[in-house]
Amino acid sequence: MISHTDVKVTGTQINYYFICTTKLWLFSHHIQMEKESDEVSMGKHIHETSYERTKKNIIIDDVIAVDFIKKHDGIEIHDVKKSRKMEVAHRWQLLYYLYYLKQRGVSAIGVLDYPLLKKKEILHLGDSEERELEKLIQEILALVSSQMPSPMKRPLCKKCSYYEFCFGGE
Amino acid sequence: MKTNYYITKDGVLRRKENTVYFIDKTEQRALPIQKIYAIYAYGNLSFTSGVVSYLAKNGVPIHFFNSYGFYEGSLYPRETLVSGDATIKQAEHYLDGERRSILAKLFVEGAAKNILRNLNYYSKDTNSLTSYIEKIEHELGQLPGYTTIPQIMSVEGHIRDFYYSALDCIFPAEFQIGERVKRPPNNKTNTLLSFGNSLMYATVLSEIYNTQLNPTISFLHEPFERRFSLSLDVAEIFKPIIVDRVIFKLINKNMLDETDFSGDIGNMLLSESGRKKFLQEYHERLSRTIEHKGLGREVSYQRLIRLELYKLVKHVLGTQKYKPLVMWW
Repeated sequence: MISHTDVKVTGTQINYYFICTTKLWLFSHHIQMEKESDEVSMGKHIHETSYERTKKNIIIDDVIAVDFIKKHDGIEIHDVKKSRKMEVAHRWQLLYYLYYLKQRGVSAIGVLDYPLLKKKEILHLGDSEERELEKLIQEILALVSSQMPSPMKRPLCKKCSYYEFCFGGE
Repeated sequence: MKTNYYITKDGVLRRKENTVYFIDKTEQRALPIQKIYAIYAYGNLSFTSGVVSYLAKNGVPIHFFNSYGFYEGSLYPRETLVSGDATIKQAEHYLDGERRSILAKLFVEGAAKNILRNLNYYSKDTNSLTSYIEKIEHELGQLPGYTTIPQIMSVEGHIRDFYYSALDCIFPAEFQIGERVKRPPNNKTNTLLSFGNSLMYATVLSEIYNTQLNPTISFLHEPFERRFSLSLDVAEIFKPIIVDRVIFKLINKNMLDETDFSGDIGNMLLSESGRKKFLQEYHERLSRTIEHKGLGREVSYQRLIRLELYKLVKHVLGTQKYKPLVMWW
C-alpha cells in the first residue's frame, strides 16, 4: 500500500502512460509544446461549450483535475472526452481519480462523457483495479526518474504535439 | 498560419479592442493577433502600453533594429514554456568544458558544411573557387583536434575569411566584400551581411522563445557576449542557408540599385526601398518549404530552425546526440 501523501502522480500522467511513455516522460519534465494545434483548441472548445450549467474543472491538490461532479445517490466524477480512440487511457485516468479520492475517504463512481458521440460509460473502482493502479503508479515514478525513453514512430504520432520534437532530427 | 510582420516605416502601434493597428500619416493597417508570429521593427515605432501587454499576452515578440539594420533589442514576452530540468541540463553542458566544446564544434561544423554547399553550387561555373573550398575543408579537418573555445572560434573565423574571399571571385566589382567590416559596414555587401545577420539573430530568438531552451546559455559564443547568445550559436547554421542565399539572389539578379543604399561610403545604409527588397526576399525564403524525410511532410525553412532547437533540447537531455542541419536538398 502506498501512502497517499507521497504519490504525486497526476491524472494526465496516468493517461499518457497508456498513450506513449516518451510523451509521459517529456510532460513530466515540463517539456511541453506550444499550444497552437487545432486538436488542442478543439478539446478546449468542447470543454468550454459542453455542460455549461455545471461547475467545471475542479482541481484537487494540484494532482487531479475533475471536469465536473454530480451528486445523485452517491458522488459521480465526470470526465469529458472527445472520442473513444484513447478509451483505455481515459478509463484508467478516471479510475485513478476514484482511487485518489478513496485514499481521502471519498467513495465515488466515475462517468466518462463523450458529448460528441452522445455516449456515457460508467466506471466502478474494484479491488483488482486498485491493485493495478498501485502497480501503475510505481511504474510511472520509475519511468519518470530514468532516462527519456527513445521515441518509437507509430501512426498516432502524426497527430501528437511532440511529433516534430521526436522525429524532426531524422 | 502565423506570419512575421516587418514594419519599415515610422508610426504608431496601438491596440483597439482586440486588434493591433499600425498607424502612420498615410494609412491604418490592422494586424490580426492570431496571425502575428513576430514583429520586426525598422522604423521609429511608438507604441502604447495597451499594445505591449496585449502582444506579450499572446506571446508575440517585437524585435527592434536601428537605422543600420543592427539589432537593438526585443520585447520578449514572459516565458511560458519553462522546464527546470532542461535549464539545468543546458547549463551543465556549458559548465563542463568538454561537453561545451562538443556543441561549439558542432555549430562550427554545421555552419562550415552549409558554407561549402553554397560554394560547391557556384564552383560548377567558377574554377577559382576550388582552392578556397580546399582551404575550408582543411580548416574543418583541424576542428576535431581542438578543445578550447578560442581555437574553435579561430577555425570559424578562418573559414569565414576564406568564404568571403571565394565570394569575391563571383561577385561583380560593385559588391566585393574585401574585408569583413561590421560596425559600421564599409561597403554594400558588408551592409547586406550585417543587415541579414541581425535579422537572422532575431528570427532564431523568436524560435527559442517557443522552446524550453534558455536563450542566454550558449556554447560557441560566450554567454556574456550578448544577452541572448544562444541565438548567435544557432544562427551560424542558418546564415549560409538563409541570409547568404538572399544576398546571392539580390546581387546576382541585379535587384539592387543606387537608390537602395544611402549615406556615403564608409557609412553604408540600406534605404527604405533597400530594406524592403531585402525583407521581402528574406521572408520569402523563410516561408519556402522542403520535404522533410524524417517527418514525412513539408516544413518551412523557419520551421527548420525550431527543429534544430528541438534537437538541441534532446541533446542536453541526453537522449539523442545533436547533429547540425546540413542542407540535404
